[in-house]
Amino acid sequence: MTAADLTPRMTAVCGAANVITDPLELRTYECDGLTSHRATPALVVLPGTAEEVASVVKACAENGIPFVARGSGTGLSGGAVPHSEGVLIVLSRMREIIEIDPVARRAVLEPGVTNLAVTTAAAPYGLFYAPDPSSQVICSVGGNVAENSGGAHCLKNGFTVHHVTGVEIVTPDGELTWLGDGTGVGAGLDLLGAFTGSEGTLGIVTKIVVKLLPAPQTVHLVLAAYDTLADGGRAVSDIIGAGIVPAAIEMMDALAIEAAEAAVACGYPQGAGAVLLVELDGPASEVEAELTTVRELCEAAGAREIVMADDPAERAGIWKGRKAAFAAVGRLSPSYIVQDGVVPRTALGDVLGRISAMSEETGIRVANVFHAGDGNLHPLVLYNDASESETAAAEELSGKILDACIEYGGSITGEHGVGVDKSRYMPKMFTDEDLDTMQLVRCAFDPAGLCNPGKVFPTPRLCGEVPGPRRDPHPAVASGQAEIF
Amino acid sequence: MTPDAKTLYPTSTEEASAMLADAAARGLTILPRGGGSRLNWGNPVTACDLIVDTTRMDQVIEHVAGDLVVRVQAGARMGDIAAALAKAGQEIALDVPDDATAGGVIASGLTGPRRLRYGSPRDLLIGVTIVRADGTVARSGGKVVKNVAGYDLGKLFAGSAGTLGLITEATFRLHPLPGARSYVTASYPSSADAARAVADASGSALTASAVELHRGPAPDGPVQVGALLEGSQAGVGSRAADMVALLGSDASASPETPGWWLARKRVPDGGTLIGVTFWVSALESVLGTIAGQAREFSLTPVVNGSAGAGIVHVGLGPSADPEVAARFTGALRARLSHTRGGVGVLTAPEPVRAALGDHGGMTGTVPSLRLMKAVRDQFDPEHRMSPGRLFGQEA
Ligand SMILES: Cc1cc2nc3c(=O)[nH]c(=O)nc-3n(C[C@H](O)[C@H](O)[C@H](O)COP(=O)(O)OP(=O)(O)OC[C@H]3O[C@@H](n4cnc5c(N)ncnc54)[C@H](O)[C@@H]3O)c2cc1C
Repeated sequence: MTAADLTPRMTAVCGAANVITDPLELRTYECDGLTSHRATPALVVLPGTAEEVASVVKACAENGIPFVARGSGTGLSGGAVPHSEGVLIVLSRMREIIEIDPVARRAVLEPGVTNLAVTTAAAPYGLFYAPDPSSQVICSVGGNVAENSGGAHCLKNGFTVHHVTGVEIVTPDGELTWLGDGTGVGAGLDLLGAFTGSEGTLGIVTKIVVKLLPAPQTVHLVLAAYDTLADGGRAVSDIIGAGIVPAAIEMMDALAIEAAEAAVACGYPQGAGAVLLVELDGPASEVEAELTTVRELCEAAGAREIVMADDPAERAGIWKGRKAAFAAVGRLSPSYIVQDGVVPRTALGDVLGRISAMSEETGIRVANVFHAGDGNLHPLVLYNDASESETAAAEELSGKILDACIEYGGSITGEHGVGVDKSRYMPKMFTDEDLDTMQLVRCAFDPAGLCNPGKVFPTPRLCGEVPGPRRDPHPAVASGQAEIF
Repeated sequence: MTPDAKTLYPTSTEEASAMLADAAARGLTILPRGGGSRLNWGNPVTACDLIVDTTRMDQVIEHVAGDLVVRVQAGARMGDIAAALAKAGQEIALDVPDDATAGGVIASGLTGPRRLRYGSPRDLLIGVTIVRADGTVARSGGKVVKNVAGYDLGKLFAGSAGTLGLITEATFRLHPLPGARSYVTASYPSSADAARAVADASGSALTASAVELHRGPAPDGPVQVGALLEGSQAGVGSRAADMVALLGSDASASPETPGWWLARKRVPDGGTLIGVTFWVSALESVLGTIAGQAREFSLTPVVNGSAGAGIVHVGLGPSADPEVAARFTGALRARLSHTRGGVGVLTAPEPVRAALGDHGGMTGTVPSLRLMKAVRDQFDPEHRMSPGRLFGQEA
């Protein structure tokens, strides 16, 4: 049985209009936001309900056909790259906001709802959804759960995992079940916590309950321009050292500033070597006190210019440069690689120094746009993909940047996920035992290994038979104290 | 618990690994123990050949103030960790007893009032080292707060009650210690008024760290509601004034912790503590149902909990008749199914546990039990780690 043979059954479940078999149309799903990894799926289905997803998965499971979930396809690690002999399950038709309970401060969502749509729907109640990936206009909340996505404002409010209180999933054998009940105080093992960030390898999310937070009373944005990244970095350390947890602390280097200026004319101070954005939000009385301190610390670290903005339009104007940075840098070069390594905040200066030294040594330009508050770097390594040698050199440099992150006790990915792209780096960060232990979870959820295979882990664990309790009776059992777990 | 269970005291992950490997070779059942304060919570273990006591792994390994992280051995006492962190003006933002160990707090998922703002141990845990039942050592996460590489075993082990393996090291994210605190409290005559106050306080942009509630022992007595505000001296003063205005004319603010705060921690020996979880929009009905059933069964429960975060605890004294306590629990389960939460028994004396058998047991219906058991089977195929502890009644 091949995936294509499932077409009649899929058509019966989802309707002919929602089953794609045309080779040209299949090609449009061959990659996600990371275009360097591609595979054409054998079949694409677009189910409209959780029950349809369950039927689709059941059909795959019964026939040993691999399947991959896809939200909006903005992932940056190749997590949604299809399996060439498998079924791609696209959740984008399931985009209903099922419920908003403003008193409980919860929203119930279908997985295809876009991240920003949640905040838009919550705004009339004075509430918002905290995780805000830069892709929030298009990325789906299902994809956010799968990637445990962050955003500029997760420094204070945490990541997706801190805001999801329940998910309905289709298990890899086609059963619909809930992990967590939405209260955020579940009983038993925290499968919801383990599932969040599992990159589509443990099942398919069909409903999501998220927390909504009261919109802050006041928001202030401080922009400080510095001659060097090191000066800006000192301001970051001093702010954190003063016991202030801003909503966001972002930094850009000269190359990124220049690119953003050229692309969107964001009006950042000319000739700055680094721009630091610090956003403070919360009750007015707290923010006012913090603002004074932040301003003083930014000046003390050698800021050559400081701009303060509290009006939403002004703030949006300043954020525009930061948000446009990736795409803008992209225009400087035919191609680029974005890394997502993390280092302890106290090692930021050292690692940025290493990156700039490596860049000088190799002649490869690297632009830095990063979440300085939590040490999450996004170095953009610029190269010409028409040249094989340049491509190889850029890849090597990217790898070395991740090595440096690991050396300083950091991580190979802060928010983009491992996917297919970074699975080869996993053994640098984790031992065989660590990876084997993680995959015990995989074996519990998906012993057949059909759910998004080939992602996250460099080598799959053979699950074999699901082990049961020991064969010969344990003394405790024999003596009448039966094992009842 | 087997009375002649032997106790081992590892001092490092390596020693713990050797001990567990040896126990595996001999097929022995194991109970991990930290401070021991929660050993009588949940279902009792059904077998225990060996106790692995972590209290000699009590070191704070690394505190990097500039990174707001601390790495500790699992047996380190929360009070000792707090003292070390306070020197740098930082804390692990959980309200847990000083004598509890880090590993015990994680394994039991212990929380307190500030879960509203900071979450539970799983939310502050950024890295763990664990020893599997067969002695294999594994790590997940690390020492940076933002990290999505691999599955998060820390979340899985948080609240696992010692059934998946032994936690030997943990890394937490820290928060700055607040410069000032204020408790704004008010008393309400009815469930409806109290529920409205809780919703207002916890939904307010004044960002309370905790919104707690207290009622009892008279089932229909007044309900105390309290909001904790933390922040700078100047900020907290003005927020407290705004919160007083929000909570009504007889609300008042004080830097002192109200006497009823955390009264649930004072359940007397032999008492029963029931956890009721709900969506905050259902609070009025939760309070009304608890009061109604208390009258029905002639009980005088103390209701105390983090209402703003969707949980209250219902405490019954040791004198409550076991059969009545069990029927009361079952009645709450039946009548509160619409609140989208659950009713679980956290601790109860043996006679109450036995009587609960016909009323949903300790945990009631738990979704995805099959997957939970599958995970347990993978980590501990022989069911030697704290056997029977979770979902004992499910057989
Ligand atoms: C310009 C740009 C900026 C970005 N900025 C950020 C940022 O600031 N922070 C950040 O964290 N990420 C960012 N990303 C990455 C990306 O947007 C996120 O990872 C996002 O969560 C992916 O959502 P998606 O719907 O596009 O998922 P997809 O790309 O479709 O899928 C991502 C993964 O999730 C799985 N998946 C999708 N839906 C489901 C489901 N319903 N059930 C189970 N698994 C599912 C897929 O199998 C795949 O493994 C950015 C991407 C771009 C292109």
